[in-house]
Amino acid sequence: MSWPSANLLAQSALSGLFVGSLYGLIGLGLGLSWGLLRTINLAHFGFVFGGAYIAYQINASTGIDPLLTLAVIVPLFFAAGMALHAVITRFNVSALNTLLVTFGLTAIIEATIQAVWSADFRRLEWRHGDVKFKLGELFVPLPELITLFVALAATFALWGVLRGTDLGKAMRAAAQDAPIAAAFGVDQQRLSMLLAGTCAALAGVAGVCLSLSFTLAPSQIYAWVGVVFAAVMMGGLGSPVGPLVAGIIIGVSEALTMAITAPSWAPIVSFTLLILLLLVRPGRL
Amino acid sequence: MNPRVVLVLLAGAGVLALEPLLGLPAFYESILYLVLHWIILATSWNILSGYSGYFSFGHGAYFGTGVYTSAVLTAKFDWPFLATLPVAAGLAALLGVALGAVVFRVRSVRGELFALLTLAVTFVLATVVLNTPIDGGPGIYLSGVPIPKIAPTQPGTFYLLALAGATAALVIAYAVQYSRLGVGLFAIHDDEDAAEVMGVPTFRYKLIALAISCALAGLAGGIHALFISYVTTAEVFSISVPLTVVLMSVLGGTRHWAGPAVGATVITGLLYAFTKGDLALAGKATTGAVLIASILFMPDGIVPRLLRQRRPRVAATGSPAAAVPHAAAVPGAAPHATTAGTPGDVLLHARNVARSFYGVQALSGVDVQVRRGEILGLLGPNGSGKSTLINVISGHYPATAGAVQFEGREIAQLPAHRIARSGIARTYQIPRPFVHLSVRDNVAAAAMFGSAALPAAQARREAGHWLAFAGLAAKADALPDELNLHQRKFLELARALAARPRLVLLDEVLCGLNPAEIDEAVALVRRIRDAGTTVVFVEHVMRAVMALADRIVVLNHGLLLAEGAPAEVMRRPEVMSAYLGTGAGLTPPLENPAHAAPG
Repeated sequence: MSWPSANLLAQSALSGLFVGSLYGLIGLGLGLSWGLLRTINLAHFGFVFGGAYIAYQINASTGIDPLLTLAVIVPLFFAAGMALHAVITRFNVSALNTLLVTFGLTAIIEATIQAVWSADFRRLEWRHGDVKFKLGELFVPLPELITLFVALAATFALWGVLRGTDLGKAMRAAAQDAPIAAAFGVDQQRLSMLLAGTCAALAGVAGVCLSLSFTLAPSQIYAWVGVVFAAVMMGGLGSPVGPLVAGIIIGVSEALTMAITAPSWAPIVSFTLLILLLLVRPGRL
Repeated sequence: MNPRVVLVLLAGAGVLALEPLLGLPAFYESILYLVLHWIILATSWNILSGYSGYFSFGHGAYFGTGVYTSAVLTAKFDWPFLATLPVAAGLAALLGVALGAVVFRVRSVRGELFALLTLAVTFVLATVVLNTPIDGGPGIYLSGVPIPKIAPTQPGTFYLLALAGATAALVIAYAVQYSRLGVGLFAIHDDEDAAEVMGVPTFRYKLIALAISCALAGLAGGIHALFISYVTTAEVFSISVPLTVVLMSVLGGTRHWAGPAVGATVITGLLYAFTKGDLALAGKATTGAVLIASILFMPDGIVPRLLRQRRPRVAATGSPAAAVPHAAAVPGAAPHATTAGTPGDVLLHARNVARSFYGVQALSGVDVQVRRGEILGLLGPNGSGKSTLINVISGHYPATAGAVQFEGREIAQLPAHRIARSGIARTYQIPRPFVHLSVRDNVAAAAMFGSAALPAAQARREAGHWLAFAGLAAKADALPDELNLHQRKFLELARALAARPRLVLLDEVLCGLNPAEIDEAVALVRRIRDAGTTVVFVEHVMRAVMALADRIVVLNHGLLLAEGAPAEVMRRPEVMSAYLGTGAGLTPPLENPAHAAPG
């Protein structure tokens, strides 16, 4: 093991920042759904890849810019999220069982993706995909930079809504104690539908960002599960800002571990952090 | 536990063991091997996770420990294959115990947090195995390892090994379900804190269940390593192992020892049906759909659903009046027969007991003595610390400071289950029955784990007596959800008494009852005391306090305000002003006996 140069370390930390912001963006909807709706939505990862493949397909067949596909993807996934939530409330599924139901849904999404796009790797060829800015000695690729901005924008928009508006306060109240909130006139049904739709739409947005800088394969769906869950739990369930902060911490420490040791050691960082946090400060979650 | 079930299981296994003699094509044995392999894994998962409700997603870690133990020992150290299996099981159990010893101490790591923590452990373990000489990256080839010839063919050998493992797993799962351990685990599933306070050694039971679960998973892993003959971390520690066993168990039913085996057979068969031909994708999607449908429409699983259809639940009808406690004598031997003492001496002495919650002082140094054979009323306005005192004495939460002596032994620092075992039982103000256990089993569990510590069969008989005593005999086979509030309160009482405590702490058992019911309850409490159990009760219903209490203790703002004979204490000005506010001392609460004290 040789100590890498300062420049390499800085470049690693930067790429960790970018991938961490994607962890945070994926984790944003997952954590809100878990914390405020008590739905542990594994299908969130299926939605992310569904969004990525749809962006890929639209771009491949029409040449439309992937960022413009958001106009289709956001309403589509908003509806999908509401439909899933309607089923879960209709059958009154417990929190743990939502994990299993949405795992079943993920398996169906995975099979569907594989049937349509095959198990091979697919890559969205974006015409600005190779644009890089130079920041001193460091390279900043455009797709990753966009991801970072989208993650920041989505996180702070949601933070603002949940903190500052009556709508957000009503949502948090309903999550804490639904019957009492209902007694104060909060329409919990409608709010949770709205929130479930938002979470799924965020998955679609994260999917478009993912498609800009990662190759896609159906089996990759599960590769993101562990690390994003770690980010969500470290960041705090139902917190809009937590997943992004934790995601970036994980991303940077992973990237540095890879640079200093070997890439195969990377998973140990996030999960060891998670285990320690769970044991030392469980009340935080 | 019924030995005939075990005999039937063993006989079934004996018949199945003849299969290799039939000379069927080897691929049948491989299919059957996979079914049995998943039966071991799913059944082992269920022993901790299904019974106690601690859903683990770490089964890949225990399974993987078994796989790599056998792989490394056979490939790198030339051990004979069969000799590696006990080591595989042992190391997996050791890993589980080490993990549990840490995780089970952290109170809030339950439910989904436990599930994800165990999953994280799997990923950490996989990374370590991948990056160290245990694997090192390329995987381990085992095709050169000699396989002993137990059956005529090699697939037959694996089939027989898996059959032995599956039989062992099923017998163990059955034995655990109907043992003291099983009852304790089911109680933990429904309300872990109440189980601990009732006398279930929750930490130890979870650890034992985890060790059994891990050992069986490690055994399955050890066999499987040689069956697949090439092991890689990506395959072994994948998320599909825990998800598949959870799916199988939930599908079959997690509250029955046979549920996971049924689920494993269905899912393996389903996957096989689709891998024949080019339908793997459809198989994956169908498995997903089956999972969704089974949870939405059969959240309890196949086996409980079938059993329920065969034996319909006891009709939840019956007139509400039927539940009035009848005047039976207190059943069983005198509860305090084991440790005789002189009536009137000090049974329990709480010295300077304090308890604070995040800086709020709920009890700030209270000194209370309870004398053997008395009925002591614990009074005070809301928030005065009465329930906190009960909670501290029963070990529900530890005291921040102070000492509690029971029969001369210091109990303040003991875990709650040891306090229960030493002869203290309690009821909760808001009843906390184990919602998935029948009314009878709720009471039987208390008889098994409280100071009575009866064996299972005797505890069930004992439960019948106490249910009759509390007027719940007609509801013995109902679930607690089918009871009304009054009946649930009496279930609490029956549960506390079935433990045969020498001291019983009653936390507002009368609250919410109507006057006729209160009269019944007052008579009941008297009979409890007459049978030799000392009673401490928290109550707002003044009429009952005056009728029952030999002595009362009044708390206010976490401090002792007064102590003495009921009529005398309630007339003291400081007591009246604590209850009614200053200046309202004209009407002592006694003179309006039908009403609860305000507050």
